Amino acid sequence: MSARRTNILEKVINVKTQLFKKIAAASMATLMAGAVLAGCGNNASSGSSSKAESSGSQASESKASTGTGKVYWLNFKPEIDETLQALAKTYTEKTGVEVKVTTAASGTYSQTLTSEMDKSNPPTLFVIGNQQGVKDWGDYALDLKDTAIAKELNTDAYNLTDANGKLVSIGYCYECYGIIANPTLIEKAGHKMDEIKNFAGLKAVAEDIHAKADTLGFDAFSSSDMDDSSSWRFTGHMANLEYFYEEKEAGKQWTECPPTITGKYMENYKNLYDLCINNSLTSPKDLATGGHDAENEFKTGKAAFFVNGSWEYAAVSETVPNAVMIPYYCGVEGEEKAGLNCGTENCWAVNAKVSEDDQKATIDFMVWLVTDPDASAKMVEQLGIMPYTKAAESKNGFLKNAADYTANGCYVMDWATNYQPNVDEYRAALVSALNAYNANQTDEAWAAVKTAFVDGWATQYAAANAK
Amino acid sequence: MENKKPKLKIFKNPLRRWGWLFLGPMAAAFIIGFVWPFIQGIYLSMCQFKTISNAKFIGLDNYVKALSDQSFRHSFVYTALFAIVSLVLINVLAFTVAYLLTQGIKGSNLFRTVFFMPNLIGGIVLGYIWSMIFDGILSHFGTSILMDSTFGFWGLIILMCWQQIGYMMIIYIAGLQAVPDDIIEAAKIDGATKTQTLFRVIIPNVMPSITICTFLSLTNGFKLFDQNLALTAGQPFVIQPDGSSIKTTEMLALNIFNTFYGSNSASSGQAQAKAVLFFILVAALGLIQLGITRKREVQQ
Repeated sequence: MSARRTNILEKVINVKTQLFKKIAAASMATLMAGAVLAGCGNNASSGSSSKAESSGSQASESKASTGTGKVYWLNFKPEIDETLQALAKTYTEKTGVEVKVTTAASGTYSQTLTSEMDKSNPPTLFVIGNQQGVKDWGDYALDLKDTAIAKELNTDAYNLTDANGKLVSIGYCYECYGIIANPTLIEKAGHKMDEIKNFAGLKAVAEDIHAKADTLGFDAFSSSDMDDSSSWRFTGHMANLEYFYEEKEAGKQWTECPPTITGKYMENYKNLYDLCINNSLTSPKDLATGGHDAENEFKTGKAAFFVNGSWEYAAVSETVPNAVMIPYYCGVEGEEKAGLNCGTENCWAVNAKVSEDDQKATIDFMVWLVTDPDASAKMVEQLGIMPYTKAAESKNGFLKNAADYTANGCYVMDWATNYQPNVDEYRAALVSALNAYNANQTDEAWAAVKTAFVDGWATQYAAANAK
Repeated sequence: MENKKPKLKIFKNPLRRWGWLFLGPMAAAFIIGFVWPFIQGIYLSMCQFKTISNAKFIGLDNYVKALSDQSFRHSFVYTALFAIVSLVLINVLAFTVAYLLTQGIKGSNLFRTVFFMPNLIGGIVLGYIWSMIFDGILSHFGTSILMDSTFGFWGLIILMCWQQIGYMMIIYIAGLQAVPDDIIEAAKIDGATKTQTLFRVIIPNVMPSITICTFLSLTNGFKLFDQNLALTAGQPFVIQPDGSSIKTTEMLALNIFNTFYGSNSASSGQAQAKAVLFFILVAALGLIQLGITRKREVQQ
């Protein structure tokens, strides 16, 4: 009897041992899986967060002492991060209001905004820079009409409204772009800036410089790379001339993204684009992968022209103090009266889904930025002109060029490019088509560029507005 | 025999009492980090949303859209082709290298280390490094890896082989070393040639390694993202007459990513639906492949 019982007991112990082993194995497996998953998770998140952090985050850790509201600005321009961090710190020291500025890594603003908006402390201040943004994030934006900040504006030209007339975001600065030229080099080549009054003039000068590049020691245009760090100068900025002249012909500025464009001025876009790629230091075939430093080529006097914008002024004027910006001359009739492309993607939106205290604190902070002499001076230095009555004046030479053109009765080319539907996809297709064209400049290749440019607009408009 | 009882008690109770302590944290991590997001992912695939806290249930629409998306189908075919080619090349080459390095060549250990090292570099970095290498060569011919989808395809294959062969090699070496010497000796005595020994004795005996390696390279091929993004990001595009474009070198995972951030707010849900389909596809393929190769394993 007892022997039998022992037997059973032993069996039970055996079963228990096996069970224990199984559980141990199972928990071990879970542990490993967990570790692996945790590992993956860490990698993934550290990838993005470290990026964001490296370009700046956490302005001040000090807690608010007076007001109850907090400010959290999700900034999208890495190049102004340092300035904003300093301004945030100053504001906190002055008022005790906590201001946090986080900057999304270059090109990741939309991803960063998507994830930050989901957090329990979402940004109170963020950027809605174009109609695509209004479409995507308009619901999250407070109507800024009649707010303290809106009252400081001296123009409504840089504001964005949605279809219902809600003031979704307001411009905090504006910029301009065009062709930056080095008058010294142009004179060295035996020409004068006065010769460049239209496309024919620009073409004659550029082609002459290119022909004599070997003896002159510099070329006409700096490289027109098609990699991500540079392609926007052509697929975004230069493309604007096509959209703008369509607008101009229609006699009405776009207020929302048109479903289609005609592509009537594609030839003019081609004129200027061809001039850039074929009269340059770099062979068009080498543009696809990039790796050329166009800014540096211009700064070191290796190129006389550089397609870019007013934000380059600080960098360029270090070595080329007399650099000037000229319009996109492209062979359109009457372009002698053209001015620079002025506009902005720097538009503030206040989060409608945070507490009223936070909204108020945020608007107070915005007002301070545009009215305080020191703060606005710092902003202006980095960003260009601020369209606010009490803001500091800009010392930017290119923006002064823009103002001079306007004062001389030239038309401002507004940023119609901001309406590009599904902008990233649209431009990516254009880059691909331009790459093929650069390698082999045939009519067929240009036809593909035109398809991407014109029909791509309609396709992306449909995609962006699909229900 | 009553004295046996306490033994059982000692054994039983600590387990009963403390089992959760060992299981709990990992189970919690697993649920928080995997099970819950997975369930939520499936739910979101049936929603329209911009941020996940603001999702609106819309049923199966996203799946219909995902399946009728031409770019999704293209990327599926492209990915399948890539996975098959890379599966074959990686495994054949990894096995060859492993076989050579178990033949007692001088410096085997050094070679093993060197071959394994590429695996330690992250995918994005690898993609950028290799794009520089490829473009460095291709620029002599006035072209670039972004210009031709054939370059993009084989470039990615070369990159993946370079990265994965060393890893698979280690697994094969372990398998080869586990083949009992006596079987090989018996084959030799029976007069088998080197080739016969390889195909009739060694390969059947390393089937478990082959199972693991094919599983890993197949799923890796399908899930590939970083390298694809860094090397070509889908370039070149074929511009369709209607203005849409097919990204010729875009693989499934990148297609899902591009859909999520690509167009309007309706597309996040569509991307989520694609991701669920993607999971089902990879899981099913992995299981089928495991089933097939398992059958061929021999018991020693």
